[in-house]
Amino acid sequence: MKSGPDRAGYFGEFGGRFVPETVMPALLELERAYKQVIRDPEFRKQYEYYLSEYCGRPSPLYFAERMTADLGGARIYLKREDLNHTGAHKINNCIGQALLARKMGKKRIIAETGAGQHGVATATAAALFGQDCVVYMGVEDTVRQALNVFRMKMLGARVVPVDSGSKTLKDAINEAMRDWVTNIRTTHYLLGSVLGPHPYPVMVRDFQKIIGKEARRQVLSKEGKLPDLLIACVGGGSNAIGLFTAFLNDKKVDMVGVEAGGTGRKLGNHAARFSGGSLGVLQGTRTYVLHDRNGQIAPTHSVSAGLDYAAIGPEHSYLRSIDRVSYTSVGDKAALDAFYYLSRTEGIVPALESAHAIAYVRRVAPRMSRRQTIIVNLSGRGDKDVMAVAALDENGA
Amino acid sequence: MSRETPISSRFRDLRESKKAGLLPFLTVGDPNLRFTEKAIRAMDRPGVIAIELGVPFSDPLADGPTIQLSSERALANGVSLRDTLNLVERVRPKISTPLVLMSYLNPIHRFGYDKFARRAASAGVDAVLPTDMPIEESASLRGSLKKHEVGVVFLAAPTTPVARIRKIAGLSTAFTYYVSLTGTTGARATLPAGLVDRLKKVRAVVQGPLAVGFGVSKGSHVRRLAPHCDAVVVGSAVVRTIDGEKNDSARLAALDRLLRDLIRPLRPGKG
Repeated sequence: MKSGPDRAGYFGEFGGRFVPETVMPALLELERAYKQVIRDPEFRKQYEYYLSEYCGRPSPLYFAERMTADLGGARIYLKREDLNHTGAHKINNCIGQALLARKMGKKRIIAETGAGQHGVATATAAALFGQDCVVYMGVEDTVRQALNVFRMKMLGARVVPVDSGSKTLKDAINEAMRDWVTNIRTTHYLLGSVLGPHPYPVMVRDFQKIIGKEARRQVLSKEGKLPDLLIACVGGGSNAIGLFTAFLNDKKVDMVGVEAGGTGRKLGNHAARFSGGSLGVLQGTRTYVLHDRNGQIAPTHSVSAGLDYAAIGPEHSYLRSIDRVSYTSVGDKAALDAFYYLSRTEGIVPALESAHAIAYVRRVAPRMSRRQTIIVNLSGRGDKDVMAVAALDENGA
Repeated sequence: MSRETPISSRFRDLRESKKAGLLPFLTVGDPNLRFTEKAIRAMDRPGVIAIELGVPFSDPLADGPTIQLSSERALANGVSLRDTLNLVERVRPKISTPLVLMSYLNPIHRFGYDKFARRAASAGVDAVLPTDMPIEESASLRGSLKKHEVGVVFLAAPTTPVARIRKIAGLSTAFTYYVSLTGTTGARATLPAGLVDRLKKVRAVVQGPLAVGFGVSKGSHVRRLAPHCDAVVVGSAVVRTIDGEKNDSARLAALDRLLRDLIRPLRPGKG
C-alpha cells in the first residue's frame, strides 16, 4: 500500500498546506530539512540512540493475561508506550523534531498541548538539547491537567495559558501559530500530532511509526503470526498512525481508531469527527472537522483533554476513505470505567486517552475467538489524570 | 491579469494621478450588522479605494487580540458568511466603493467554492482575500472566482522570497497585499523597522496594484507608506475605534475622525 502523501502534502484529497503566507516559506524550509534528515543515516543513528538510551525503547509488548482471561475472547497485548520516558508516545516525535530543529539552527521551540503530555515531552526534549521552550495550553486544560503544568515548568519551559475561544487544544494551536508567524526566523514549531499543514502529518508519522515497527516484530516472535486487530485512540491521531503504519500492507490485520464520544451525539458534546463532522479546513489541513453549517468550528468535549479536538489527522481521513481503517467512538463514561478496569485488572493506570482504546477492547474482545490476537496501543500512563478522575468520582460521575 | 473590473479601474485611476488610497477594514457584525452597514456607507468617500469586510471566524489564527475579540463579538451575534453576502447585496447599490471580502477558508469551503463565487458575484463582492490559503492551494477557488468574475487577493509577507512574490502578484487579480511584518494583525505605535526599504523592493517586482497592511494605525504611518504603494490597509485601529464607543452615532463620529486623519496625508497639498 502506498502510504503517501503526494508532493503537495495530500493523502488522497486530504491534507495540504492551508496557512497564512508568512508561514509558507518556513514550511517549505522545514520540508526540505526533514526530507534531508529522514534519509541521513547519521541523523537516524542519533534519533535511535536517544530513543533507546534516553527514552527506554523498545517499549514492551505485554500480554495482558488477566484481562484476556476476564474478557474470555481474543488474546490481548498492550503496546506499553506508557513506559516511555515522560509517560507517553509523544516523546518519540519530540526527540525527532528537536534534533531536526537543532540541525536547522533554530534555538527556540514552541508547542501546543492539550493533555499536557506533548508539552511535557517537548519541554523534556528542549531541556535535553538546550533549547528555549514555550508551551501554549488552553486555560481549561491547565486546570484539568495541573500536574503537567508543574512538570513543564520544572523542566524549564514557559507555559502560556490561552484564554481565547474554547480555551482548549485548538486555541492553544492558534496561539502557537501566532507566535510562529511572529518569530518564524528563529523558532521551530514542534507540532505534536499528525495534524496541521504539510509536512507535519508525514513527519510526525515518520517519527512515530517505530511503535508499529517494534510491535510487529514483537508479536511475530511471541505469537508466530500477525495480530488480527489493532486498536488505538485517535485525537489528532499520532499514536494510532504510529501503531498502524507498519501493518498497512498486512491485509489481514484489521485496524480500529477510537474517537472520543464525550457525553452524547449532539454537536459540542463529543469529538467524534467521522460520525459527527464533514470535510473542512482547520489549522492548516483539509480533513474531517466538527463545524456548524456556516463553517464555524464547533466546540468539542471529552473527559480526555488529549482527544478533545475538532479535526482529525488527514491520513486518518484517507485511511478511512479507502476502507483500510475503521473508526468508532467511546464515550466519557465507558472510558472512565475502562480507566478503573485496567488499573484493577492489570495494575496499569492508563491515560484517559488510552482508556478509550481499552474500552473498545472490552467491547470487541469477547466477540473474538481465543485463537485471535489484539494489539492495543497503551499510548500513555494515567498519573496526570488521577486528580481529575478522583474529582469526578467525588461528584458522583 | 483578467479584464477590467471596478476595483482594477479604480486602482488604475489612482496610479495615473500618482496617489494612494485608504483601504479600511472592519469586522462584519461587530457590534451588529445594522452598524456595519452604516459604517460601510460612512467609509464610502473620496480617498477610500476599497473597503475590506472581515468575515468573523471561530479560529482567526492570523489575527491579534483586537480582531480576535471583534470576531468573537460578531459570532456571538450569530453573524455568518451568508449574512455577510446578504449585507453586501443590500449595501452595494447605495455605495460606489469596491468591497473586498476577507475570510478564513473554512466558511468558504463549507459554502462550496463555486456556489460561494456565484453568490459573491451576484451580491456585488469585488474581490476575495482568503487569509489562510497560499497560492499552492488556490487553483480550485481561483477557478470559481474567475468564472464568476470576482477578483482575488493574495498575501505576500516579509518572509516571501522575491521569485515567490512575483508569482503571488501574478495570481492576484485585484491587488497584491503586502504584510508589513512577521506577526499577527494589530495596531502598533510605530511602523516595523525597514518597512519602507522592503516596500520599495516589493514595489519593484509587483506590476499590478499593491496594498500594504498589518500594524498600520495612524495618519503619520499612512504618510510614510503612501509614496511606495497603491493602498494602505488599516484594520485593528478601525475596529478599536468602533469598539471604543457606546452608541452608533458616537461610533460613526469616531470613525469619521479616524478616517479623516488617515485620508488627509493621501491628498496632495494637504499633507
